[in-house]
Amino acid sequence: MIEALSHPFMQRALIAGVLLSLLAGYYGVFVVQRKLSFLGAGLGHAAFGGIALGLLMGVQPLWVAVPFTVLVAVAINWVRGHTRLAGDTAIGIFFSVSVALGILFLSMKSGSSADAFSYLFGSILSVDRTDLILSSTLAVVAAITWHTHWGAWAYATFDSESADIEGLPTHRQDTLLIILIALTIVLSVKVVGILLVAAWVVVPAAAARLIAPTFKTMTQAAILIALISTVLGLLLSYVLDLPSGAVIVLVQAVLFTLAMIIQNMRSD
Amino acid sequence: MIKARDINVSLARKSVLRAVSFDLSEGDFLAILGPNGGGKSTLIRVLLGLQEYEGDLTIAAGMDNVGYVPQIKTLDRSFPARAEELVATALKRRWPWSIDADCRSIVRNALKQVGVDHLASEQIRNLSGGELQRVYLARAIISRPSLLILDEPSAGVDVVGAANLLDHIEAYRKESGATVIMVTHDWEVALHHATHVMILKAEQISFGPSRDAMNEQAIRKAFGHVGHSHDVFAGGHDHAH
Repeated sequence: MIEALSHPFMQRALIAGVLLSLLAGYYGVFVVQRKLSFLGAGLGHAAFGGIALGLLMGVQPLWVAVPFTVLVAVAINWVRGHTRLAGDTAIGIFFSVSVALGILFLSMKSGSSADAFSYLFGSILSVDRTDLILSSTLAVVAAITWHTHWGAWAYATFDSESADIEGLPTHRQDTLLIILIALTIVLSVKVVGILLVAAWVVVPAAAARLIAPTFKTMTQAAILIALISTVLGLLLSYVLDLPSGAVIVLVQAVLFTLAMIIQNMRSD
Repeated sequence: MIKARDINVSLARKSVLRAVSFDLSEGDFLAILGPNGGGKSTLIRVLLGLQEYEGDLTIAAGMDNVGYVPQIKTLDRSFPARAEELVATALKRRWPWSIDADCRSIVRNALKQVGVDHLASEQIRNLSGGELQRVYLARAIISRPSLLILDEPSAGVDVVGAANLLDHIEAYRKESGATVIMVTHDWEVALHHATHVMILKAEQISFGPSRDAMNEQAIRKAFGHVGHSHDVFAGGHDHAH
């Protein structure tokens, strides 16, 4: 295990994993409590479309995936707020279109598409300095929003009408929240992969929901569960030579099961 | 004082509220009745500044401190929260990360005023409908509003809970002189507690002192029948004044 930490790629993966797990836990509570769990899957697959486009263009895929996914997130939010479509319908439409575009872009790309498929399952070997800079920046933004926006987001999560009456700019704040969630998901794709990034955001918050009596403690617990599962998952994946994303999510599932047991014991 | 003249609201090119006009003075209690989809909640949204409208609406400067109690069926009961946190949102204008001693003291006093201070640390998902509405009432009156607006506060609340809630609303109105506007389906409340009644069915069918506005013709026009409430028009003990 100590030997794992001596490898630069593992150090980068751990640093990125720690930063992104803090973000996944922090934003995950809003995803879960607003019943937007499908959003994680939708944005993960939107990232696939952006990554495929980046590979087709022959540029660093993340530089295309980031604006692509943010655009999809804003579009989903707009459709939810301005049409009669339910949230999951809006997400499903953009999910499907993004995947279709991704397949199209990959089919148009000359040469092998093996690098695209590494994004499906995550690849800690591919975490580079750019990912660390972006993850760190996003973590700083999250820390600022904890002070400036957490209370307003939480209030709108519980009762958006009362938040509107209080004069909170809920629509603008919701757009900011969904953009930050989109950025977290895109940056997390390298660590856990597109297929599991939704679980990575949802499971820690869902586990926290089972044991936390307040939204504040739910936020704290989700961050802690995400952090523990990521560090443990990354180290285990190295030792066992298994895909990092899968191991992380399985560790999250174990912690979720423990949370269920604790909840049942409390109700007994 | 509140003065409304020809309030009209259209949504997706469909008229949902027409020709609403009324005057209310300080201390009045207006009960808004009408069938589902009749524009009652739309009018509430107009009064709260959440809905665009045509017409004239004047709320006197002394009445612009508004307390609001929403329908509990629109709330997320699964949200992990304690009752005192919910009340504290009225002071902090956002969800509190923490509650300091001063804030807690004000919150507990508000909860005590509506008889639920013993529920301050209780999870809101464990509260009955009536208890949650009283917590919301505490939240609404914590800032001593001069205008208290309630949207079907008895929806999802049992008879005893609804009666308790109404007692506390009346107590606050009498103690503070606040004006109360309440959407309700309870004709007894409208007739025996409200000073004024408005009957809405997309348009204003009647408005005035309770007994005048709740006449058989207006009720038949709004609801198509008078149900089993012939005794509504037969008189009874009046709590309105």
